Amino acid sequence: MAIYYTWIPQLLPFEWATHIFMQNALLAVLLVTPLFGILGTMVVNNKMAFFSDALGHSALTGIAIGVILGMSDPLWAMLAFSILLAIGISIVKASSTSSPDTIIGVFSATAVALGIVILSRSGGFTKYSRFLIGDLLSISPNELLMLVFLVLGVLVFWVFMFNQLLLVSINPSLARSRGSNVRLLEILFSIIMAVIVTISIQWVGLLIINSLLILPAASARNISHDMRQYHLFSVSIALLSGLAGLLLSYYWGTATGATIVLCSAAFFLLTLFIKLKSR
Amino acid sequence: MRINLDREYQAKNHFCGLCCTKIENFDVTRGNTEILKDINLHIHCGELTALIGPNGAGKSTLLKAILGEIPHRGELKYLDYNDRHTGKPIIGYVPQRLDFDAGSPLSVLDLFAASRSSIPVWLTHARKLREHTREILSRMQAEKLIDRRLGDLSGGELQRILLALALDPLPDLLLLDEPVSGIDQLGMEMFFRKVADLRLQYDLSIILVSHDLKLVAQYADRVVFLNQTVQCVGTPAVVFNNEKVIQTFGRVLSEATCIDPKEGGRNQ
Repeated sequence: MAIYYTWIPQLLPFEWATHIFMQNALLAVLLVTPLFGILGTMVVNNKMAFFSDALGHSALTGIAIGVILGMSDPLWAMLAFSILLAIGISIVKASSTSSPDTIIGVFSATAVALGIVILSRSGGFTKYSRFLIGDLLSISPNELLMLVFLVLGVLVFWVFMFNQLLLVSINPSLARSRGSNVRLLEILFSIIMAVIVTISIQWVGLLIINSLLILPAASARNISHDMRQYHLFSVSIALLSGLAGLLLSYYWGTATGATIVLCSAAFFLLTLFIKLKSR
Repeated sequence: MRINLDREYQAKNHFCGLCCTKIENFDVTRGNTEILKDINLHIHCGELTALIGPNGAGKSTLLKAILGEIPHRGELKYLDYNDRHTGKPIIGYVPQRLDFDAGSPLSVLDLFAASRSSIPVWLTHARKLREHTREILSRMQAEKLIDRRLGDLSGGELQRILLALALDPLPDLLLLDEPVSGIDQLGMEMFFRKVADLRLQYDLSIILVSHDLKLVAQYADRVVFLNQTVQCVGTPAVVFNNEKVIQTFGRVLSEATCIDPKEGGRNQ
């Protein structure tokens, strides 16, 4: 880290790059946004946008459980709860005849309500509003290290499991005929989503975390023809929006996460325009 | 001596001498509903077996149970050319429809690469794989479609792609779930002819779920009428003259091809 801190101001001779918090945030953006770009491709493919949204919102209950247990940092409670929720939704979805949207809606609404009820008990809900908006500039070196491991973990999963995940998203029976364990893959992917979304909430905020996951992939879809382009564009758009959002938020004094999302939205409009024009 | 006895036993019971897939006592229940009950079938290689039945009869469910996707009771046995039990057969499967949406950036090559290769599709494609895929696609005269997006293909093109995919690697048992929509009559007839050719060319065991009874009557070697249980099995002439089948579907065969149902119709 020391090397990074000495080199960055020299590499980037700008006023913003002299602050430690911006240097940390820059590293965080370089790690988190490609991760979201990669995961988003499959979330959009599998029409899981509502699912990841529910995961984000369920964090409220996780925080509440952490508070009840007297934890100073509710992260572990949030993680445990969102993983349980992800597994729960996968199992109920597989064994029920109701539409997935309804099932996710039921789980999500219950989790949000439960979280709000517990957290607002003594009238102190505003204490937790930092989880709603998130603060990327508060990220610490230890958290950055954790991010590095997360990125590595997801990359390994993506290298070894992506082909099978893709087949499952095309047709589960077809994947099964090719020897994939469909149920296991679905649950693994849900758990990974739960972990990434939950850990990132403190920096991005649960209100907008889903847009960060969906927008780069949705934009990439507008202009790509195969899986390689899809990933390339999704990751590039996520990175560019992340960097642009970070800088704009610094000069405008706005919340970083939301500014990044607005930049991604601009990319979406741009790619949509390209798509419509090329028809 | 022992071998001779086995041979006789086989001949008596109409076991195929080459290879065959046995479905024994399949039961599928979901919740409290019994979807399939007591299914016993022998599928012979080099034979096109058509599965017919009313909507909700459990035809697709049977295919998914054979794939192992739906939990079931009973056993699937595959016997090879020497009548040895070889464990799990390689199963090729052509689904009724795909679940991706039309806007998905997914090329035909991506689909083949994801099924055949361990190199992640998002990273790169091996050149060998591209050539191999082109070769497999050419069996279905579909090699020109290799770089097209799946969402841009017509129903007939997509079906040819899926059939090509199911033949790579060459399966012991080929399961085909006929698409409900998107293919015109001419395309359907071409599909049946292709499947019938494949059966002879590669000596495949084929189970085909179909709603097009005229084509079934024309191309299938054996027909299974399924409605929760196996109601009737036999050649098209036998099955389509079975009373239960006529009650469900009406007369499919013209009067000229009718045979006396008492001669061979076997009710179970």
